[in-house]
Amino acid sequence: MSATTAGRPTRMSPRTEATLRVVAPIAVGLIVLGAWQFLVSVVGVSDYLLPSPASIIEQFVAFFPSILAATLITGTNALLGLIVGSLLGILLASLAARWKVVDRMSAPIVAALAVVPIVALAPVLNSMFGADSQFGRQAIAALASFVPVFINTLRGFRQTQPVHRDLMKAYAANSQQVMRVLTLPTAVPFVLTGIRIASSLAVISALVAEYFGGPRGGLGSLISTSAASSAYARAWAYVLASIVLGLVFYLATLALERLVLRRGPGGGAR
Amino acid sequence: MTEATPTTPDSTAAVEVRGVDKVFETRTGQVHALDAIDLVIAPGEFISLIGPSGCGKSTLMRLIADLDEPTGGTLTVFGKTARQARLDQDYGIAFQQAGLLPWRTVAANVALPLELHGVGSAERRSRVEHLLDMVGLSDFADRYPDQLSGGMQQRVAIARALAEQPRLLLMDEPFGALDEMTREKMQTELVRISAETGAAVVFVTHSIPEAVFLSDRVVVMSPRPGRIQQVVPMRLGAEAERAARTEELREERAFFDMVTAVREALHGGSPVSSGPRGVETR
Ligand SMILES: Nc1ncnc2c1ncn2[C@@H]1O[C@H](COP(=O)(O)OP(=O)(O)OP(=O)(O)O)[C@@H](O)[C@H]1O
Ligand SMILES: [Mg+2]
Repeated sequence: MSATTAGRPTRMSPRTEATLRVVAPIAVGLIVLGAWQFLVSVVGVSDYLLPSPASIIEQFVAFFPSILAATLITGTNALLGLIVGSLLGILLASLAARWKVVDRMSAPIVAALAVVPIVALAPVLNSMFGADSQFGRQAIAALASFVPVFINTLRGFRQTQPVHRDLMKAYAANSQQVMRVLTLPTAVPFVLTGIRIASSLAVISALVAEYFGGPRGGLGSLISTSAASSAYARAWAYVLASIVLGLVFYLATLALERLVLRRGPGGGAR
Repeated sequence: MTEATPTTPDSTAAVEVRGVDKVFETRTGQVHALDAIDLVIAPGEFISLIGPSGCGKSTLMRLIADLDEPTGGTLTVFGKTARQARLDQDYGIAFQQAGLLPWRTVAANVALPLELHGVGSAERRSRVEHLLDMVGLSDFADRYPDQLSGGMQQRVAIARALAEQPRLLLMDEPFGALDEMTREKMQTELVRISAETGAAVVFVTHSIPEAVFLSDRVVVMSPRPGRIQQVVPMRLGAEAERAARTEELREERAFFDMVTAVREALHGGSPVSSGPRGVETR
């Protein structure tokens, strides 16, 4: 890399910078993995305390069908929760932006929801909806997604600039036109940011909810049973799958954000 | 037109301001922005508002546009209330800030008023093309506002204000962000447009030569509370010959006399030492 940048002024070309952005974290990851493997296989830290990356990957491959099924279960719960929670968040935020009464009424509810720990709700909902229903987990993911989407959307609805509002008034635009032409487009980046934040929360809550009873088979319950039976390498393999699942959600919503905002100014990323 | 009425539509003032006050209530007390403003603007007349910062130029313009309401006095636009004139879309407006919608392309920004008022897409396209050509931005139709310079954004806003060929144009320092060359070109263009469409123009500016070059009358305002200090008539390219206000006019003797007259009015009526040109009596 130094060869390509040598002789150039201090600023990197955009291409080099893009490459570096991908290569740098991968390099760090490989170094950490290498050190980890070194600790286990050369220094001799017990495999029981710290399973080696190799054994985790071995378990990952061996249990792949079960891991895939578990990821699908947890992923579906998180996705449903994210969609329902986001829709509710956008809907309620629109109402709150439109009518002050709704705003006043919803403010304490949202504040309460924002501070409710998932762990407090999970056992209650899990037993409420029975041992073989995923509904409790989906509801928890929806609740967790709702809050950031609601807050960001409401903020977005309030970002219209005075000069733009004056312009709409000068054009004698009716309230529907103002909504379509000004308020919604102004709010879109904020809504998308809310959904991106919610996506990680949805996965985390769907997963954590599984630690508190309900049907087996999701990533969360498999992590806890594997750990309980001292199959640490396998537990780590499920953890690895959870990380991948979280990343997929995050990247998908990030891509959505980029895609929608690319049509706007500055190619997205605000 | 109708029997017994000597008034033709042309004799109805474009803007009639009678004893208008504007007081803003703020947390720290009242701000007396405008005090007893009287001003009648004829159809097709070009009026410039000039005065120190904070003397209420933008406020007066906002009252005419019905974006704010006067605290006292009456204000009519083409014989109607300001509100009715706004609902009838009798004016086009360009604000002190360009105020473009950042998620719309340049063309879509210019098309916005046409779109809101139900102009068909084919006509919209040809009108936008023409307007962008006029402000010299045809090559930038598909760009977004943040890809333009400040002066280019202002030109888009001007094109947008002209989109519906209004009978009254309200422009708040529209050329503030332009370089001198573009500025003079846009001034000439504005003179041409207003002469062509017969639109009355209320033009806010900080530049005396600009006010003198463009206007039929220059309204000089003073601050705290905002008052009309003096209305200075311009004799440049008198009557309907406004279109003849070409670049040569800027170098004529009369031009400098007018500049001096406005400058004196701005300094409270007392003659100011203004270099070799001196103070000439008209
Ligand atoms: N919405 C408002 N609330 C309170 N005060 C206001 C408001 N708008 C304007 N003012 C006050 O009214 C006065 C006139 O303001 P205005 O914007 O009309 O000045 P201006 O002549 O356009 O100045 P500039 O040349 O700097 O644009 C100022 O003292 C300003 O502080
Ligand atoms: Mg102003």
